[in-house]
Amino acid sequence: MTRFRIFLTLIGAYLLYSGFVFTKGTETAMKPAPHPTELAMAGKRIFQDYNCAACHQVYGLGGYLGPDLTTAWSDPKRGPRYVEALIRSGGSRMPNFQFTDSQVKELVAYLAFIDATAAHETR
Amino acid sequence: MKPADTLKPPVPVRLVPAFFALSLSYLLLGLLFGTVGSLQYVLPDFLKEALSFQKTRPLHVYLVTSWIFTAAQGAVYYFLPRAAGRPLRWPAGAWLHWALQLLTSAIIVGCFFTGRFGGREYLEFPPALGGLIALSWVPFAVNFFATLRPRYRNAPVYHYSWTVGIVFFFITLSESYLWLVDHFFDNPVRDITVQWKALGSMVGSWNMLIYGCTMFVMSRIKGNEELARSRGAFFFFFLGFTNLLFNWGHHTYVVPAAPWVRNVSYIISMTELVLLAQLLWNFRRSLSEAQLSFRKLTCRLISLADGWVLLNLTVAIAISVPALNRYTHGTHITVAHAMGATIGINTMLLLASLTYVLQQEKPRALARYLGPLKRGVTLTNGALLVFWIALVGGGLVKIAGQLESQSFATIMQHCAPFFKLFAGSGLLILVGLTMVIFGLLGVLAAREGRPAATAPKAGVGRSRQPANAHAPQAASQAPAQV
Repeated sequence: MTRFRIFLTLIGAYLLYSGFVFTKGTETAMKPAPHPTELAMAGKRIFQDYNCAACHQVYGLGGYLGPDLTTAWSDPKRGPRYVEALIRSGGSRMPNFQFTDSQVKELVAYLAFIDATAAHETR
Repeated sequence: MKPADTLKPPVPVRLVPAFFALSLSYLLLGLLFGTVGSLQYVLPDFLKEALSFQKTRPLHVYLVTSWIFTAAQGAVYYFLPRAAGRPLRWPAGAWLHWALQLLTSAIIVGCFFTGRFGGREYLEFPPALGGLIALSWVPFAVNFFATLRPRYRNAPVYHYSWTVGIVFFFITLSESYLWLVDHFFDNPVRDITVQWKALGSMVGSWNMLIYGCTMFVMSRIKGNEELARSRGAFFFFFLGFTNLLFNWGHHTYVVPAAPWVRNVSYIISMTELVLLAQLLWNFRRSLSEAQLSFRKLTCRLISLADGWVLLNLTVAIAISVPALNRYTHGTHITVAHAMGATIGINTMLLLASLTYVLQQEKPRALARYLGPLKRGVTLTNGALLVFWIALVGGGLVKIAGQLESQSFATIMQHCAPFFKLFAGSGLLILVGLTMVIFGLLGVLAAREGRPAATAPKAGVGRSRQPANAHAPQAASQAPAQV
């Protein structure tokens, strides 16, 4: 009986904790993070549709064949122009995905948005 | 509870071999794509346009994870009637499960080949297929609860492990699709945090399926059911369960979520591996020499997993410390931990369950293939150690490069020797596990009469030889089943 009570207590704690993570735990850090634009969210969908996460990480989630993109937009060694050029033509390991101009803009907007949320804590 | 010897039939004759064969096929294909992916690290132009890393990585990850849960499900189907003391409740449902699993994986692999993604890390396929995966698990869940009818007040620990494994697979799979809701999709911090949460706990759910099988096998080999009902077993189960629920946060130290999310996971930390190490260690010490030699391959696999638990534990503790995690996260040290866990621990434990089942059902065929199987296991573990060291080495080089603010290209150049070692040892893992896979497929395909005690009932399944054709040998080699 005690075992079953412990089991249920842990599940209850998990449900409560999940509720906090889904709301408060991931809310405060976003203030005053920028609001997502339609362009950035379209870029996020392209990021998924082309499975960019196979090679690139965002907040540590993704593969390691390519560089982490969380702060690529504001990185002094990379920056918007460098990022845009790579998206357009690929690299030594990255295939050329033949993105259209609008897709490139959307992807850059997404990376700028991610960068702003990542830089929030350090600003 | 009735002893299994009186069950007629506990499970359709061909069901468990079908699950095992399917899972071994996943493993073989997953290894092939993993090898191609690793070669793309050292030969950047290798299949760059035709089968880029964008495709090989999800193919590898999906197929290898499919190996893990399909093999675990096959083992659970075998153990379930024996644990419950009654035949499988819905055999047709189990076959439906197998067919849905095959159909789902065929569609997903097809999507990856044709470049249809749209999903997320580890679940990169179009989101609608997540529903098909959930559907394929429904007959498994129905069979589990209807056959076992678990009474948790006095149940052995593996009843709890299997229950958690099944229930939390549904919970975490659903959670991993919360990004379809704007509340999550529009907030990258929430989105990534929840994704790590879902995936971290999902790994815990299939670990629970595997640990449940391992506990079942251990209690049967030892001939002591009390092992699975002891306070110690439950203490470790609850610690492991707590880890499943709360320790995912060590992946999110870099995500700017609330600090307490990180603190909770740091406190909980990675203790799950300690639990299993303790269980396996005590088990091995208490086995008699006779029992050890009888089931040598199964015991050897469990002992190897034991070693990987200890090695991975060291890394797990290190990368759970925030001050170290800051450097190790996003490097191949994390990959080393994942490979040690999936190949060294999960695969060895699953192979232990498979060989245990085959020892019960086809002891003579297993004996014929024992040589190649043992050589394959030895080669796999030796190569995995080199593979693991190469990944840790590559990770350390990356950390050093990042501390010196080197460009990504420069860091990759400096990592090249480790990547060559990683690709070379990966090839050897492929060879070693291929020996094991073909050995096990050979045993599964072998014609061998089954012990009379587990002979199938007409109409449910049939053996190719009279049911008791080799009963004396099987009975003399196999100890009493429960």
